[in-house]
Amino acid sequence: MKTLRDLFRDYRFAFSFGVLVIIVVMAILSIFSPYDPTLWNVVPKDLKPSAEHWLGTDSNGQDIFWQATFAVRNSLIISLIAGLVSRVIAILVGMIAGYQGGMVDRVLMFVGDSLLVIPLFLIMVMLAMLVRQYMNLVILGLMLSFFGWAWDARVIRSMILSLRERDFTKTAILSGTGTVKLVLNEYMPFAMPLIFSTLINNIAWAIGLEITLAILGLVNLNVPTLGTMLNWALFYQSILLGRWWWILTPVVLSLFLFIALYWMSVSISEYLDPRTRIQRVGAS
Amino acid sequence: MAFVKRYLIPRLIQYFLVIWLGITVVFLIPRLTPNDPIMRVIGELRGRGSTLEPGAMDGIIRDLTQLYGLEGSWLDQYWAFWGRLFRGDLGVSFFQFPARVNQLIAVAMPWTLGLLLTTTAISWIVGNIIGGLAGYYSRKSWSRILDAIAMVVRPLPYYIFAFALLLLFAYVVRWFPITGGASLGAVPTFTWAYIKDVLWHSFLPALSLCVLGGAVTFQTMKLIVQNVNAENFVQYAKMGGVTEDRIVGKYVIRNAVLPQITGLALSIGQIFSGALITEIVYGYPGLGMLLYRAIVNGDYNLIMGITLFSIIAITTAILIVDLTYPLFDPRVRYK
Amino acid sequence: MEIQTETILRTENLKAFYVLDMHGTQKIVKAVNEVDLAIKENEIYGIAGESGCGKTTLLKALFNVIEPPLRLIGGKIYYRVNWEEVEVTSLSPEEKRRLRLEYISYIPQGSMSVLNPVLKIKESYQDFIASHVPEQSRKETMELAQKQIVELGLPKNILNAYPHQLSGGMRQRVTIALSALLSPRIMIGDEPTTALDVVVQRGVIQMLKEIQRKLQNTIILVTHDMGVHANVAHRIGIMYAGKIVEEGTTIQIFDNPLHPYTQFLINSLPKFGDKMMRESVPGSPPSLADLPRGCPFHPRCPYTKDICRESMPGFSYPDEKHRVACWLIGEGEHGKAS
Repeated sequence: MKTLRDLFRDYRFAFSFGVLVIIVVMAILSIFSPYDPTLWNVVPKDLKPSAEHWLGTDSNGQDIFWQATFAVRNSLIISLIAGLVSRVIAILVGMIAGYQGGMVDRVLMFVGDSLLVIPLFLIMVMLAMLVRQYMNLVILGLMLSFFGWAWDARVIRSMILSLRERDFTKTAILSGTGTVKLVLNEYMPFAMPLIFSTLINNIAWAIGLEITLAILGLVNLNVPTLGTMLNWALFYQSILLGRWWWILTPVVLSLFLFIALYWMSVSISEYLDPRTRIQRVGAS
Repeated sequence: MAFVKRYLIPRLIQYFLVIWLGITVVFLIPRLTPNDPIMRVIGELRGRGSTLEPGAMDGIIRDLTQLYGLEGSWLDQYWAFWGRLFRGDLGVSFFQFPARVNQLIAVAMPWTLGLLLTTTAISWIVGNIIGGLAGYYSRKSWSRILDAIAMVVRPLPYYIFAFALLLLFAYVVRWFPITGGASLGAVPTFTWAYIKDVLWHSFLPALSLCVLGGAVTFQTMKLIVQNVNAENFVQYAKMGGVTEDRIVGKYVIRNAVLPQITGLALSIGQIFSGALITEIVYGYPGLGMLLYRAIVNGDYNLIMGITLFSIIAITTAILIVDLTYPLFDPRVRYK
Repeated sequence: MEIQTETILRTENLKAFYVLDMHGTQKIVKAVNEVDLAIKENEIYGIAGESGCGKTTLLKALFNVIEPPLRLIGGKIYYRVNWEEVEVTSLSPEEKRRLRLEYISYIPQGSMSVLNPVLKIKESYQDFIASHVPEQSRKETMELAQKQIVELGLPKNILNAYPHQLSGGMRQRVTIALSALLSPRIMIGDEPTTALDVVVQRGVIQMLKEIQRKLQNTIILVTHDMGVHANVAHRIGIMYAGKIVEEGTTIQIFDNPLHPYTQFLINSLPKFGDKMMRESVPGSPPSLADLPRGCPFHPRCPYTKDICRESMPGFSYPDEKHRVACWLIGEGEHGKAS
């Protein structure tokens, strides 16, 4: 509780929290949508924002506000799948590499480093080309998670390496605690905040990549996401035709989402690392 | 000799291993995907075969069968795949037949290379200098303003940021062209008029890459400098009354740049992907645009060619950056 | 010895606190609290105390290198430069910079890597010299440095090495040589022998003594090692919880320690022929962010009286040059203790 109170003193955390609450509420609102997001021509086309259609309507004959609630929901689902699954991979790889050391460590870290070095975006384009007809939220999420663990595995590994050197590890080993129990009971509480902050970064990364793939037309365009909304708005030349309410909705939503996620992760990691905190203190 | 053994050889081994792994992944992807996408491509091609000459059609199908492993065991296919790569043969493009993938990449590459080299150099150098000063003078108000700007710019994905700049400078205020690498019909020559035209077209893409890359460099450098600043040798130099310009340049920034070189090596892949996306937004005629057209036309062969080329180009760039590191750090040179 | 009575460095009621803002709550660490010092020319003055008693902060304050979160809350610092007393806190940054190394120089803790790792020793020397010596005599100073290095028994080609190529003791001696290069009037050493092995320690101590004898200047030596103090210091100040609690000549402090804390420090030293268990100070030093009321030593003091819990004693002067702040010794009629 005290931690949360401390975090809220940071204006960046407070801002991010506010934005994320609004965005999650939007996603939940999708349940109450009067329209089916997959159907076209349910409302008149290209209306400006009004009392009836808060954010106007688009050239497909869909209500932009309700479409946006689905888009936010789906983008969050994809990124949460990507984030959580890749967290599992990152934790496993990081802990095994850090705890086992030796050859296992070297091989795992080599694979991880290679993933960091290889242009993943292109590999993902290739994959998406090939599975385009099967593409749905879950598959996209899994695809992203498969490539998104490398950096965080490295972070977790170095944390485990430093924990392994601490006294309580030796005490636990000498008193006969099993490895699994040691890792789960003793290491996880230390690693949890760090893992949470990498989760936030990973979510932002996944949302960004989804938008890029969607703009290239590599996902199912009938499923509303922030990326597919942008794709349709570009497809119908909404900028040239002056339909700013259409193009701005996904752009503004994603701007706020990215900034909020980033600020939250910065705020948390600064809280975790007192060194940078002291520097901030020094700056005041 | 110890340097060669301890630094050079491990890096060369890693270089070749990464290339091997990347290319193997590219080889495996079509073989591990659920349906037989290549057969689908062939089917599609056969379906619209009327637009191509019959001979060309057969050539493409032969290419495909060889490249995507429709003959022999996986191992045979794997060998054949590497054989082609060593001959530098990436096959033909489907949609720009009979252009070979190699030729298309060769035409697009100088554009990307020019854009990427200049923007990476500018953003890295400027980002480090400004970030270094901002970290050293972190109590000054200008430093905090720059920090606040970086806090907003840094999280934006390449696509969104490039798009925002395009909206602002090409649609709202029409200072720069909306698309292209040069004016339509301009003939590439070494005249000032043509160079000016190219620079004018590449200004916005370069600006987006510089600002985004620079923001990252700025932030990390600022943080590193704040840590280096607390190091004993900096404190000692201050205690010894060494002049401030010497401390900032030779003590703080000089040491803080070392991790930034490693950081640059690690982020080259990301910068490259970012450049491709930026090119697509601005219709800039480099590899990114080539990739976009390949995606729109379902030209899997061209996409694969670009990917293979990029893997080799990026790992080589990283190797080069890594090899310059010892020039800056005597602890690696003499051990 | 007339000259010895001249005060070269003096503080009045010096207060330097760390002001930390831990997510909204302010925390004040009183690292240097109301310190009055008068250090004389041509003496080696030792400052002793446990780690975390504010010794290093006192040095920073004496040196006037004060960067946030450390703040100078109050008090004055005087140097006597060319027979004239200068109030240091009022000087401009450039004037302060000039004084460093030329007039007052710093000898860092032995374990610390104080030389820029990417520069050759020579280049570090050049930076320090170029910051203080006018262009035309720089070359000369560099030659002087080369000569001095040989005199101090260091290898001749050491200047062409990088710091990581030297051993810890070697690095420490190079930094001492550098600190002495411009013949400063005051040298301040912060645990210069800590973390060196005993043989190297001896060499470093001898080197310091030799430099002092040659330059006839003042050395302020901070270390927790009473053995080193016994060996080199002329006078010693005992520091506890940000305050000087006792001060006297080395003989007075070792033969007649009056403050219970000093007695513990002296008794914890090994002696020849004494096979008794050495007792260390009971308990641990108080947090400087949360000092006890009254005399800060009272929770650990075996002789605590009621008044010790109430207020801080002032100084009593049991002997010439000997002062102590303890209720057991006197009322401290000479005002509040430093």
